[in-house]
Amino acid sequence: MDEIAAPISPPTKRVYRHRLPTRIWHWLNAVTLLILLMSGLMIFNAHPRLYWGQYGANADHAWFAIGSTPQTGFVRIGETRIETTGVLGRWTDTKGVEQTWAFPGWATIPTTYSLADGRRWHLFFAWVLSIALTLYMLWALLGGHLAKDLHIRRGEWSPRHIWQDIKDHARLRFPRGEAAARYNILQKFSYIGVIFVLLPLMILTGLTMSPGFNATVPWLLDLFGGRQSARSVHFIAAWALVLFFLVHIVMVLLAGPVNEIRSMVTGWFRLPPERDAAP
Amino acid sequence: MSGLILPRRRLIARAGGLVAAAGALPLLSGCDAINEAPAVRKILSMGEAMHQHSQRALTDRDALAREFTRADLSPVFRSNGTKLPAGGDYAAHAATGFADWRIQVTGLVARPLSLSMADIRAMPQRTQITRHDCVEGWSAIGQWTGPQLSRILAAAGLRDNARYIVFRCADRIGDALYYESCDLVDALHPQTIMAWALNDAVLPIANGAPLRLRIERQLGYKHAKYVNAIEAVASLDAIGAGKGGYWEDRIDYEWYAGI
Repeated sequence: MDEIAAPISPPTKRVYRHRLPTRIWHWLNAVTLLILLMSGLMIFNAHPRLYWGQYGANADHAWFAIGSTPQTGFVRIGETRIETTGVLGRWTDTKGVEQTWAFPGWATIPTTYSLADGRRWHLFFAWVLSIALTLYMLWALLGGHLAKDLHIRRGEWSPRHIWQDIKDHARLRFPRGEAAARYNILQKFSYIGVIFVLLPLMILTGLTMSPGFNATVPWLLDLFGGRQSARSVHFIAAWALVLFFLVHIVMVLLAGPVNEIRSMVTGWFRLPPERDAAP
Repeated sequence: MSGLILPRRRLIARAGGLVAAAGALPLLSGCDAINEAPAVRKILSMGEAMHQHSQRALTDRDALAREFTRADLSPVFRSNGTKLPAGGDYAAHAATGFADWRIQVTGLVARPLSLSMADIRAMPQRTQITRHDCVEGWSAIGQWTGPQLSRILAAAGLRDNARYIVFRCADRIGDALYYESCDLVDALHPQTIMAWALNDAVLPIANGAPLRLRIERQLGYKHAKYVNAIEAVASLDAIGAGKGGYWEDRIDYEWYAGI
């Protein structure tokens, strides 16, 4: 048995991939965004309708609504109605009582309806998100993270290169060796998109919903086309972040969850060995 | 064969369900326990103070809320909360068109006032088309007319130790009368008015007839309806449960409702 040894694998090379600010920011964000999402769903439950424009209340046209009939729960997008009984609009709580709040208790903070508590969690962690994001952006800019890791080089912009990366992702052919330590173009797009587009968009649309802040920065109302439009964009962008999270998790699982998570904890990443040259 | 497989499948499904439930239940109730912990609530409420101080620091104290045009008016101005105050007293006032309704201006003032609706309408008026934001998330745009609160307070003569203005209302929710309060920055703001007209008509009962507060840089629950007394005080501690308003006392809504 001992004679039939497995081929000796070359020693795996370790690289220092994530610096401390990235790791702290990553995990702080993971917690903060989860709390913001769940408390945000509680706030949405207080008025589960979305509008475009400067105003919007029950008598006005809602482009999106979650509601219930005496028997069912439903989601309405434009004129399309989807039955969501059991999950959205009509669901059963842990005590077996049927509820008609839009989002179920397991998805909200707190689990039972409290707009006041949902707002307290949401508005406190909005500060955590905003301060952490500002510091991280400054560090990324001044500390070289942006220039070194996220900057998209000229060659990477070519449609051929982008298409190749899409094909590689679709075939689950992930880079190995030294290339695995660098971000590929789709990764750069998504991280830049989250850090410099989606998260700032969440903060700005959030501020646009504040009647006090409107008096300070009225141009935000013009930028988003009104408070209710900002509320709609806030909601859509939140789900774009959820979508990013899901893809992110799938990618971590496919790329080797232990190595990926360890590198986000310790900073050190083990390079996956090069593929054999022979077919 | 199938007889063997089915119960096993059911068993697996049930076990899976139990594991999920066992995992989820303590997690959820754990979350709620965290939510109830006094220390946590204290930390979370720091957000409110940060909003108030940052908005006050960033904003000109007289910075105006956006004013809109008649084209922007909501077709229907929604009403919320109390839509018809209970009790014979209010009904009797409504029956006479609020001819005998009086607004007491008391507390830390040099000249306590008792104003009729005619007195209110005889003062210089301000008309503004503004957006009303309910804490729940909906908004409505309406045109409001009434005297600036600063004029009423000037007529009464605020004393130096006055810090807050308390608005007492005629509507009762459960066993308590509705009330609200604000500090002097918001009380003396040019857009803070005591409105008696909405969209060029006398204020409807559902929207707070005969007189309601408009405090445009804050959320809807601050805009007290059915106001019958305005009181200048040095502290909010001895009023209600001491948190400065009906909803603040009962369910912990923020006193500073600028966000």
